[in-house]
Amino acid sequence: MSAFLVRRLVRLAVVITGVSLVTFAILHASGDPVSLIMPEAPEADRAVLRRTLGLHDPLPVQFARFVGNAVTGNFGKSFFHHGQSASALVLERMPTTLMLTVFSMGVALAIALPVGIYSAVRRGRAVDQLATGTVFLGQSMPVFWTGIMLILLFSVQWRLLPVSGWESWAAVILPTATLSTFTAPLLLRIVRSSMLDVIGLDYVRTARAKGVSEWLVICRHALKNAALPLVTVTGLQFGLLLGGAVITETVFAVPGVGRLIVGAIRQLDFPVVQAGVFMLAMIVVSVNFLVDVLYLYLNPQIRVR
Amino acid sequence: MAVGSLPIAYADDIPRLASGSRAWRKFARNPAALTGALILLVVVGAALSAPWITPHDPAKQSLIRRFTPPVWAPGGNAGYLLGTDQVGRDVLSRIIHGARISLLVGVLAVVISVLVGVTLGLISGFVGGRADTVIMTIVDITWSFPQILLALAFVAALGPSLVTVILVLGFTGWERYARVVRAEVLALREKDFIEAARAMGIGSARILVRHVLPNTFSSIVVLSTLQVAQAILQEAALSFLGVGSGRTYPTWGQMIALGRDFVSVAWWLPTFPGLAILATVLAINLVGDRLRDALDPRV
Repeated sequence: MSAFLVRRLVRLAVVITGVSLVTFAILHASGDPVSLIMPEAPEADRAVLRRTLGLHDPLPVQFARFVGNAVTGNFGKSFFHHGQSASALVLERMPTTLMLTVFSMGVALAIALPVGIYSAVRRGRAVDQLATGTVFLGQSMPVFWTGIMLILLFSVQWRLLPVSGWESWAAVILPTATLSTFTAPLLLRIVRSSMLDVIGLDYVRTARAKGVSEWLVICRHALKNAALPLVTVTGLQFGLLLGGAVITETVFAVPGVGRLIVGAIRQLDFPVVQAGVFMLAMIVVSVNFLVDVLYLYLNPQIRVR
Repeated sequence: MAVGSLPIAYADDIPRLASGSRAWRKFARNPAALTGALILLVVVGAALSAPWITPHDPAKQSLIRRFTPPVWAPGGNAGYLLGTDQVGRDVLSRIIHGARISLLVGVLAVVISVLVGVTLGLISGFVGGRADTVIMTIVDITWSFPQILLALAFVAALGPSLVTVILVLGFTGWERYARVVRAEVLALREKDFIEAARAMGIGSARILVRHVLPNTFSSIVVLSTLQVAQAILQEAALSFLGVGSGRTYPTWGQMIALGRDFVSVAWWLPTFPGLAILATVLAINLVGDRLRDALDPRV
C-alpha cells in the first residue's frame, strides 16, 4: 500500500511540473507577448516590460524561475488592479468560486442521487425514460445560455431574483441553479450507470432471495458497491465542473476566480491569467489525487497489490 | 493455435462487414436517433446553403428595423421571422450563417483531436515502456486543466481567430482518444489473430495499421461524434466570453453574448441562437449515443 502511495506521489510531482510548464507556455505561446500586450507602445516602454517579465533570459532559465516562483505562490504583479500581487487577487476570490462549486455540487447530488437510483431500479420504465431524456437535454444546453434564460424568467419576467452579484442569499440562487443544471445531468448519468452495473449481480439477487427488503437491498447492498465508481468518476469530472463555474461566474458577475481570469484574459493581464489557471489546475490535481487515494482505501482488491 | 491466413481473415474482415449492416438496422430502429439524424441533416443543409437560403444579408443593418420582435409577437414583421437585433440585423439569417462556424469548428477540431489522440494511443499501447509512460503523463497533465480555461487562455494568447479556435480546441481535446485506443490496443495485443499475424512475419507497423487500428474504429466513431457536440458547446462558450473566432462573421455564442445586454428589452436575441445550439448539440448527442449501442456487439 505504501509503495502505491509513493508511486502516486511521484506521479503527482511530475504532473504538477507539467502543469507549470503548460501554464508557463501561456505567456510564450504568441512568441512575443510584449507586442501583444502593448502593440502601439514605444520601444523604450516595451524594453521595460521585457525586463520586468524577465524575457531576456533563455527559456529554460525563465521556466526554472517560473516554477520556483509558482511553488511559493509568486506569479508577479497584475498589470492592472493597482499592481496587486496576482496570486493574492486569485486567493481572495477562491472561496467564492469554491462555494459556488460546492453548493451546486450539493444541489446536483440531492437531485441526481435519488433520481439516478430510482431510474436504475425502474430501468426502461417511464420514469427512467423521462430522466434519461432530461439528461440529454441538460447535457446539450450551453451553461451560459441556461443562466441567461433563468435571468430572463426570474429577474426580467417575474422580478423575483437579482440579475447579478453574490452579496445576498437571493443573488446566490440563480448562479447555483445554473451550475446545478450543468452538473446534475452528468452526476445522474454516473449514478444510474454505476447502479445498473451492480444491480444485476448475483449477490444482489441473493440478498433479494434471502428476503431482504427491496429498500435495504438497494441502499445497503447495491449502493455500497456502486459508490466506488461514483466517487471516482465524479472526481475525474471535477475539472469540467470548475470550467462550468468559470462560465457561470461570468454570466452573473459573481466575484470569483473565473470572472477574474476571464477579465484578465480580455486585458491580456498574463500574471493574473497564469496564477488563476495554475491554481484552478492545482485544485483539479488535488481532487484527482484524493480520489486515487480514496479508491485505494475503499477498494480492498487494490490494497493487496 | 494453428497459424494460417484463415483466422486473420475471419477476425478482421467478415465480422466487421456483417456488423456494419446489423449496426445500421439497430440504429434506424430508434426514433430518437432518427429524429436526431434528421435535425442534423437540416442544420448541415442550412449551413451549406446559407448564402442562398437566408432571407436577408446577415450583416445588413437597418436603424428603423431595430428590435423588431419575432413574427408571432405583437409588432412582428413577416419579413423577419425571428425578429431583428439592436442594429436591425435579421436574427434568422444570422443564426443560419452561425451554423457554418459551429459545424466547421466542431468537425475540424475533432479531426485534429482524433489524429493526435489515436496516433499517441496506438504508440502508447503497442510500443509500451517509456513511450507509454511519457504519453500517459501528458494525458494526465492535459486532464488537470479545465479544458475551457486552457482553451480560453491559449486562444487569447495566440490571438483570437477561427484557425486558433480550431487548433486550440483540437489540441486540448485529444486525450480521451489516447486513453481509449491505448486500452483497446492493450486488450487486442493478446488476441490470437494478432499473434498469428506476428507469427507470419508481418511487421509491427503493418499489424498496427491493418489489424489493430480497424478494431478500434467503433470506439473512435462514437467518441468523435460526441466530441463534435462538445466542441460546438466550447466554441460557443469561447465566443460568448469574447475570445471566439472574431467579430466579422456571426456565431451563435457571440449572438448570445450581445443578446445578454438586451435581455430586458428583446428576449428573442439570446433565446433563439441558444435554441439553435441546443437543437444541434442534442441531435448529435442522440445520434452518438445510439451509435454507441448499435456498434457495441454485446448489447
